[in-house]
Amino acid sequence: MTLKISNVTKRFGDFTAVNNLSLEIPEGQIFGFLGANGAGKTTTFRMILGLLDITEGSIDWDGKKINYSNSDAIGYLPEERGLYPKLTVKDQIIYLGRLRGMQKNEIVAELKSWLEKFRVPAYLDKKIEELSKGNQQKIQFISAVIHRPKLLILDEPFSGLDPVNVEMLKQAVVDLKSQGTSIVFSSHRMEHVEELCEYLCIMQHGSPVVHGSLKEIKRAFGKKNVFIHADFDLSFLKDLVGVVDYKATTEGCELQINDEAVSQDVLTALHDRGFVRRFALEEPSLNDIFIEKAGASYE
Amino acid sequence: MSKFWIVLSHTYMTRFKTKSFLITNIIALLVIVGLANINSIIDLFDSEKDRQVAVLDETGDIFAPLKESVENTASDVTLEQYEGTAEEAKQAVEEEEYEAFLSISYGEQNLPQASYYANQIASSELSNTLEQQLQQIKVAMATNNAGIDQSQLEEIYQPVAFEAVALKESAKTEEELSEARGLVYIILFLLYISVITYGNMIAMDIANEKTSRVMEILISSASPVSQMFAKILGIALLGLTQVGLFIVVGYIVLQQKQSEMTGGVFEYFGLSGVTASTFIYGIVFFVLGYLLYATLAAMLGSLVSRIEDVQQLMMPMIFLVMIAFFIAMFGLNMPESSFVTVTSYIPFFTPMLMFLRVGMLDIPAWEVALSIVIMLASIALLAALGARVYRGGVLMYGKASSLKDFKKALQLSKKS
Repeated sequence: MTLKISNVTKRFGDFTAVNNLSLEIPEGQIFGFLGANGAGKTTTFRMILGLLDITEGSIDWDGKKINYSNSDAIGYLPEERGLYPKLTVKDQIIYLGRLRGMQKNEIVAELKSWLEKFRVPAYLDKKIEELSKGNQQKIQFISAVIHRPKLLILDEPFSGLDPVNVEMLKQAVVDLKSQGTSIVFSSHRMEHVEELCEYLCIMQHGSPVVHGSLKEIKRAFGKKNVFIHADFDLSFLKDLVGVVDYKATTEGCELQINDEAVSQDVLTALHDRGFVRRFALEEPSLNDIFIEKAGASYE
Repeated sequence: MSKFWIVLSHTYMTRFKTKSFLITNIIALLVIVGLANINSIIDLFDSEKDRQVAVLDETGDIFAPLKESVENTASDVTLEQYEGTAEEAKQAVEEEEYEAFLSISYGEQNLPQASYYANQIASSELSNTLEQQLQQIKVAMATNNAGIDQSQLEEIYQPVAFEAVALKESAKTEEELSEARGLVYIILFLLYISVITYGNMIAMDIANEKTSRVMEILISSASPVSQMFAKILGIALLGLTQVGLFIVVGYIVLQQKQSEMTGGVFEYFGLSGVTASTFIYGIVFFVLGYLLYATLAAMLGSLVSRIEDVQQLMMPMIFLVMIAFFIAMFGLNMPESSFVTVTSYIPFFTPMLMFLRVGMLDIPAWEVALSIVIMLASIALLAALGARVYRGGVLMYGKASSLKDFKKALQLSKKS
């Protein structure tokens, strides 16, 4: 059940929203979709779901196109949240669940267990408009997963939630993955992606600038970070060969180096200068990678 | 197909369960029961007292015949010969001893003339009755003076024998025409009201789903075309429920008052002689008309992104219905005019105008068939267009709703 996006391009008139995108999302994986605002993430999701037609290329899931014949196996949490404000949580989920091919009694049982899981069992007969925004979002999430989809698409699932709720939803996503659901999700929050995804793709102006497994991406990025806490002035490290970026911090500095071997040169340079309290060589964060790859669009 | 039924029953049930639907129906039913019993209700308020009219008859020979004829036409009015002066009589009226005071005298040429005094002359019913009856007495006296006797008078007033006969055998007879006119009236009003009410409901429903943004989930689960038609039919069923309820209650109420009516309920509406084919045409054109306008409404509803814009966008559609309605009103008297003939082929006018022509004229079957084909084709066209606008429109959120949006919606849903 692989989702295969091959050479997909989407144009609105003269504007190219997605340009020659090719991705493969294996079954049972969480795939992170990153990109600045307007990079084409939502457009890609809509094309995967068949809501928008593809200008060029093709999208296959399990060798077939996604349309209304297999839409029961797909769950979707749109970026623009939307539920019927006047309906109760129960009526709402029953309607949306039936539209995904479920029976009423199954839906109610499943809904109750989800509400239990999200610690809001009292909301069953409440109207949506009576709930807080964060709680509405939980209901929205339930509506996307109630029918145990094989492929789940989450557009910014954690935006607007407090940290406790984010953890709750993250746990739910991980549980779904362990049950074999393939999950595609987009986010601006790098730490969420880093925590959840093994595979990811960074989009910029409709084109993928980076894509692959998290480990490979970090390795291929090459650059590493060195964190130093020391009692003396460290600004001389700026001029060292191999140091790409120097950032002073309150307790010392943060260096970006273009190869891990450079870290040893830094260490040698620090020798005999004074008291060093911390010296650490770390992998680049996804944040660094994103800013370098996608940040180019802001310059 | 099953998703179609889920959307349909959802549309029907959520509307059905709302308080406003319940309240509207209760009010409408009360109005129906009230209208059926309108006579008893009016009597209830008016039956308090007999109305007494004081008459001061200076001539001496008009009071007796006037009293007889007035009391025969209006049973709750009694005339009383007043013994006293005119001033006293007016005083008595002011003190509400009498409803009114009538003073009769001879004027020029020895013919009766009268003055009517009452505290209020806003309600003209009593004075009209008195005037009419006095008029008859005056006519009798005047003709008598002229030397014309009763039989000659009757001869003068006898209506001329005039019969309109249609030469074509299949043409409608006078009675059939007036009955067809009755049915055309009913269908016109039904179509007008249901297109406006239920068309609005459809557009509102869709616009609601769009503004609450639930639409994106919906169209990822079920195809927009089946959703659109499920909504149209769901609302149609709701309308049928409502109209059916009114008809059943109305029928029961009228049945109970059967004793007061001669003949059955259909005769009451002047429909007993309407042919079955006219009836069937009525239903066919009603259904087609509803479908056409409902599809248009669904398409318009999917274009707006704010609920406030629905009314604005519905205006052109309501104008179309109104224009059709007014042409039909004009056409009721002149169904043969070429203006009506030509406009009856325009799909948005067909349900009203072609039905009017079918009901009132003898037109060849191919003309009806042609107009039905044109309508079916435009419904199909509108549905295809509507489905595309629906699909594109629901992903589109902008400020205004205009022709530009319409094009954009089409573009968004374009097959590449």
